[in-house]
Amino acid sequence: MRGRNLALGAAGLAGFLALGEVVPRLGLVKEAYFPPTSSIAAAFADEVADGAFWTALGDTLTGWALGLAIASCAGIVVGVVISVVPYLREATASTIEFLRPIPSVALIPLAVLLYGTELRSVLLLVVYASFWQVLVQTLYGVQDVDPVADETARSYGLGTWARVRHVLWPSALPYVMTGVRLAAAVALILAITAELVIGAPGLGARIAVAQTSQAVPEMYALVVVTGLLGLLINVGARTVERRALAWHQSVRGEVAV
Amino acid sequence: MLEVRGLKKVYEGSGRRVEAVRDLTFTVDAGELVCLVGPSGCGKTTLLKCMGGLMTPTSGEVLLEGRAVDGPPPGMAFVFQEYGRSLFPWMRVAQNVELPLKQKDLSKARRQELVADALRSVGLADAADAYPWQLSGGMQQRVAIARALAYEPRVLLMDEPFAAVDAQTRADLEDLVRGLWRERGITILFVTHDIDEAVYLGERVIVLSASPTVVREQLKVDLPDDRDQLHTRVAPRFAELRTHVYEQIQAAKRGAPHLVRTDTPPPH
Repeated sequence: MRGRNLALGAAGLAGFLALGEVVPRLGLVKEAYFPPTSSIAAAFADEVADGAFWTALGDTLTGWALGLAIASCAGIVVGVVISVVPYLREATASTIEFLRPIPSVALIPLAVLLYGTELRSVLLLVVYASFWQVLVQTLYGVQDVDPVADETARSYGLGTWARVRHVLWPSALPYVMTGVRLAAAVALILAITAELVIGAPGLGARIAVAQTSQAVPEMYALVVVTGLLGLLINVGARTVERRALAWHQSVRGEVAV
Repeated sequence: MLEVRGLKKVYEGSGRRVEAVRDLTFTVDAGELVCLVGPSGCGKTTLLKCMGGLMTPTSGEVLLEGRAVDGPPPGMAFVFQEYGRSLFPWMRVAQNVELPLKQKDLSKARRQELVADALRSVGLADAADAYPWQLSGGMQQRVAIARALAYEPRVLLMDEPFAAVDAQTRADLEDLVRGLWRERGITILFVTHDIDEAVYLGERVIVLSASPTVVREQLKVDLPDDRDQLHTRVAPRFAELRTHVYEQIQAAKRGAPHLVRTDTPPPH
């Protein structure tokens, strides 16, 4: 079953690539704007051989990873504190609901004003966008603590910190993981956007350069790279999730006893 | 040892005022195994939570060894009905049992000794490395009991611990609790809605009224100390006692006027 799905998936991808080769060659679309798969592949090979490409990839990944790490830590800490301190949740709910829907790209002018084309500009946008994902999931997760589990911990004299560490945190972890996985995807989008629009060094800036210099196949090749990056990040996040939550119902499945 | 004086609990919220427990007064002596029975919904769990310091009563007080309970007392352990939710699925069995001990000032070696001993007592020595969800319901409740034992409590509160397991497992667990009680001399307060279980286990049975709850009757169980599922349950005295408690519960459900009597010898 799994093998057949894999084969079908591969066939679908091959079909898509073949279509991308045939359609421009037949002249159905302008080859100048939609280069055939083979020339994108050739441009991709050239990129991989170019040291500047790897520097750009490194810059993008730095902005992504640093931003995600800052947003995750901040989201988790703020989420737990808001949930644990009485009345804080009620007091902050409306502010969060106001700030959360602000699209991070709306902050691009602010980022440019503050930091120009530095890495910090990228970080500002990445952190703003991914912070809310983690925060909101953490808030949900903390609410999901089983009252019986919490009462058990209290009845055995576990203090606030011990309950946060041994009961609240593991209970919230499945939600936090989901938040971080979503944040990882959003962070990549924002990192590329920032580079593309602001011109901070990275893959996005390289795409902009390729576009302005009419290097269309190179532009597509870079777009493919960002897609692959997104794919890898999602697979990676899911793997981490599965390992960290091996005990959780959603991962362990039904156990025969 | 354990004293409940004039305990009252009223739940107030969303325009509704529910008097769960009206006025409860009773004592449990050191080393006693007392069973609390009452009709369903009579506030047994509320009572137990107040006793365990998990809930603040509206009025009245609970005293443990002469000291008022205002939070979970260190010498008291709790076994919940919902073992599946009370055990932590992210921890292995041994870690679950060890966690409460980490709050005490014990060496690692001593903690491990207590964990191993407790697991051995409940017959789960070789399940230490399993996760709770890999075990059957009865085994999970054994883990919860082991966790309570390792804590070395002077008082053990059990809130309908066997309500969710099958009849055969329940019989085994009842014998386990009685065995542990005789072996370790812990004071046990066992809440149940099962009349047979109350009579089979208890040295004394406290019958509660329907909600709002008061003590309807206290009854000494004069069965021999050595009890077993096969013989005790068919003994004529067992039948008399269970019939008596059953009548009391039925009367409580009808809301018949109650008489608080202490250690009433039931009719022979």
